[in-house]
Amino acid sequence: MALLEVDNLSIAFGGVKAVQNVSFSVDRGLVYSVIGPNGAGKTTLFNLITGVYTPSEGDIRLDGKSIAGTAPHRLALKGMARTFQNLQICMNMTALENVMVGAHLQLDRNMVKAMLRFPGIARRDRELKDEARELMRFVGLESYWNLGASSMPYGALKRLEIARALAAKPQILFLDEPAAGLNTHETAEIDELVRKVADSGVTVVLVEHDMKMVMNISDRILVLDYGKKLTEGTAREVRENPDVIAAYLGSNA
Amino acid sequence: MSVLKRHFPLLILSVVLLLLPLVLPNNYYYDIAIRMAINAIIVLGLNLLIGFAGQISLGHAGFVGIGAYASAILPTHFGWHPILAMLAGAAIASAIAAIVARPIFRLKGHYLAMATLGLGIIIAIVIKNEATYTGGPDGMPVAALGLMGFEISGEKQWYWVLAALLLFSFWASRNLIDSPFGRALRALHGSEVASQVMGVDIVRYKVAIFVLSAFFASLMGSVTAHYIGFVTPNIADFFHSIELMTMVVVGGMASIYGSLIGAVLLTALPQALSTFEGWETVAFGIILILCMIFMPKGLVPTLAARFGRNGQEDR
Amino acid sequence: MSEFLQFLFSGITVGATYALAALGFTLIYNASTVINFAQGEFIMLGGMLTFVFLQSGIPMPLAILLAIAIPALVGIALEKLAIEPARDAEVVTLIIITIGASLVIRGLIQIWLGKGAHTYPAFSGSEPIQIGGATLLPQSLWVLGITALVVVALWYFFSRTLAGKAILATSCNPLAAKLVGINTQWVLLVSFALSAALGAIGGVLLTPITLTSYDVGIMLGLKGFVAVVVGGLGSGLGAVVGGLLVGVIEAMAAGYISSAYKDAIPFILILFILFFMPRGIFGAKVTERV
Repeated sequence: MALLEVDNLSIAFGGVKAVQNVSFSVDRGLVYSVIGPNGAGKTTLFNLITGVYTPSEGDIRLDGKSIAGTAPHRLALKGMARTFQNLQICMNMTALENVMVGAHLQLDRNMVKAMLRFPGIARRDRELKDEARELMRFVGLESYWNLGASSMPYGALKRLEIARALAAKPQILFLDEPAAGLNTHETAEIDELVRKVADSGVTVVLVEHDMKMVMNISDRILVLDYGKKLTEGTAREVRENPDVIAAYLGSNA
Repeated sequence: MSVLKRHFPLLILSVVLLLLPLVLPNNYYYDIAIRMAINAIIVLGLNLLIGFAGQISLGHAGFVGIGAYASAILPTHFGWHPILAMLAGAAIASAIAAIVARPIFRLKGHYLAMATLGLGIIIAIVIKNEATYTGGPDGMPVAALGLMGFEISGEKQWYWVLAALLLFSFWASRNLIDSPFGRALRALHGSEVASQVMGVDIVRYKVAIFVLSAFFASLMGSVTAHYIGFVTPNIADFFHSIELMTMVVVGGMASIYGSLIGAVLLTALPQALSTFEGWETVAFGIILILCMIFMPKGLVPTLAARFGRNGQEDR
Repeated sequence: MSEFLQFLFSGITVGATYALAALGFTLIYNASTVINFAQGEFIMLGGMLTFVFLQSGIPMPLAILLAIAIPALVGIALEKLAIEPARDAEVVTLIIITIGASLVIRGLIQIWLGKGAHTYPAFSGSEPIQIGGATLLPQSLWVLGITALVVVALWYFFSRTLAGKAILATSCNPLAAKLVGINTQWVLLVSFALSAALGAIGGVLLTPITLTSYDVGIMLGLKGFVAVVVGGLGSGLGAVVGGLLVGVIEAMAAGYISSAYKDAIPFILILFILFFMPRGIFGAKVTERV
C-alpha cells in the first residue's frame, strides 16, 4: 500500500478551480516531484495535503487512513513535515531554536512542569540541543547554530527549514520549492541534501521549478496544469511527453 | 550554559532585593518598591502573552480586579479564609479567561484587542454596579492576609513577601520561556503556520498563556487588595489596563528584564506626576507613541541589540 | 408602546453618533488598516470645542465650524506625527500608538478645561415633541437629519467624485493606486481629516442632549468600534447600520433590562458578535495566502 494516496482531490476559491480531480499515490521511500507551470496549483495541492486548506471534494489518505481536512497540527502527529515556498522561519528565535521547535511533539509540553523546571524537562532540552545541532550539521549549517535567524542569509534559511522539518523525525517530508531563489551552486547543494534525506529513509514529496534538479532526483513525477493532472511517470517518460512539452513551452500547432 | 551563567540575572536580582532595604529611607519608599514589585509580576505574566506569544490584551486590569475583589468580598461577606479567597479569585479569573479565550483567539489583531478590551470593561462595570457586594464606586475595605494566626502587616513585612514572589515569578518565567512550551509560544509568534505544521495547536497555546497571565494578574490583584487594605473599582478600569500594557511595551516585549524595568519606571512616573493628573495621562500617551515609533521592541531589547546581541530574544 | 418608542428614539439618536464614529473608523481602516483608538476623542473634541468657543463669545455657526475643522487638523497631525513614522509596524504597535494619541488628546483637554461636564443650548430649542406618547427632543432631529445628510454626502463623494474613488482605490490596493498616479499620502491625510471631522460632527450634535466632558470620548469611541464590528469591518453601510443597531440595542436593553449596565451592553454585544459572527453583518471574508 502506498504511503500517501490522493484521490480525486478538488478545491475551488470562489470561482477559481485551483485543483481539479487530482489523483496520485506516493510509495514509501520514493522521491516524488510535482511540477507544472506557474499557477498550476502545486502549492495549493501541498496546502491541501498538509492541512492548510480543506478540500471541497476528494480524499487524502496517509498509511491508508483518511486525513482530508485534518488540522495541520494534527498531521504533524502522523509523521508529516513540510517546508514553505515563502519561508516561514521564526525570525524572533535563534537558528537552533527554530530547529528545536521541529521536535516539539517529542517533548513534554506541560506548562506547569516547565515553570517549575522539573528535572526531566531540563535534561531532555539539553539532549534536544545536541540533536538539533547534529541536524544543523547534517544540512550544512553548523556555523550558524547560535545565530539569530534574522541574521542568516536566504540560502541558509532554506536549509534551516529542512533541518527543522527533519527534527520532527517525519515519515514523509513535503518540500515546497526548496531551490527557489537560489543560485546554481546553492541549488546543487539542495539537490544533494534532498538526496541525503531520501537516503535516510524519509519519503520526499517535492514541488520544484528547477528542471535539472527534478529530473536528476525524482523517482516519479506528477505534472499539473491548470489545476488538473496532466500526466505522471518516471523522469524520462515525463520529459518526452508531448503534452508536458506543450504545457511548458507552448505547441507548434 | 553553566548553572551560574544561567542564574546570574536571578542572583543579581536577589542581591538587589536583599540590599535594597538598606537604602530605603522610610515607609513611603518601601511602598513604592512594593508597588513596583506587584506591577512587575503582573507585567511578567502579561508580557508572556503580548511579547512572547505576540497576542494582545487591553483588558488585563479586569483580571486584577477579579482577584482584588474576590479577596475583599469572600472573607468580608462570606467569612472565607483569605488564602482560599485568593485562590478562588485566581480560579474565577482563569475560568473567565479560558471561556472567553477560545473563541477570541481564533481572531486576530484588532478583533482580539477589542474583545479583550470589552471583557475588561464589562468586569469593571460589574464591579462598580454590584454595590451591595463591592461597595460600588467608593470601594470597600479588605481584611488582612494571614496564615495560621500570623498576619502580614506593615510595609517591611510586605516587602519581603513581594521580594520572594518576584524572585519566584522571575525564575518561573525564565524556565517557561526556555522550555518546549515556551519555544512553541515564541514560534507561534514568529510564524503561526510554521508552528502549526510542527504540531503546535495554536489556539490551545494562546488560550493557555492567556489563562496563565490572567492567573498571575488575579493573584497580584489579591495581594494588592490585602496590602492596601482597601479596593476601589479603579483597579479594574481601562486606564489601569493601559498602564500595564505601557509597562510591557516600554520595558520590552519578549524580555523578562524588560518587564521589570518597565514596571519600575512606570510605577515611579505616576508618583512623580501625582499632583498633575492631566499631565500623567499626557505623559503616558507620549511615552507610548514615542516608544512604539522609535523603540517598538521596548527599552531593554533595543538597548541589548545596540550593545551587541545577535538578534535573538532576551532570555 | 410609548415606552418602546421612547427607547427607540433615544437609541437611534445616540446610534447616529455611533454611526458617524463608525464611519470614521471605517474610513481610516480602509485607507491604512489601522484601527484608530483615538476616534472617540474627536467626538469629544467636537463637543468640548463648541462649548469653549461659545463661551468666549464666538457666534454659533463659526464655533461649530471651528469645532469640526480643528479636530480635522488634529487628525492630520495624528497621521503625520504618530502613524506615518510607524507605517510598517505590526498591528499591535499601531493600536498602541493610537491609544497613546487618545491619551494625549484627552490629557490635554483635561488640563485645559478640567474634568467638569459641559453643554450648550440645543440648536432649535429644547421643547420636546410628542409622538405616540413618547417625547422626542428637537436636537434629536438635528442629530438624525445632519447624520443622514452626511451619510448621503459621503456616499456621493465616494461613488461619484474622482477624489472619493481615489480613496477607495487606495484602500483596495495601495500599490496599484500609487502606480496609476494616485497620491496615496494625500489619501491617507484626507482619510484621517475626514474621519476626525465625522467624529467631531457627531460630538457637536450630541452634546446638547448628553453633555460632554473630557472623558466622554473613551466610551463613545469604543462603542463606535463595536458598531464597526457589528456592521463588518471595512463596510461603510455596515458602519451606519451597525451604529444604529448598537444605539438601539443599548437603549432597549437599558430600558427593559437594567439601566445600570447600560455601558456594558455594547461590549457584551461585541463579544457575542466576535464569538458567533466575527465578520459582522456586511463584512468581507479574508483568506491568507501561505
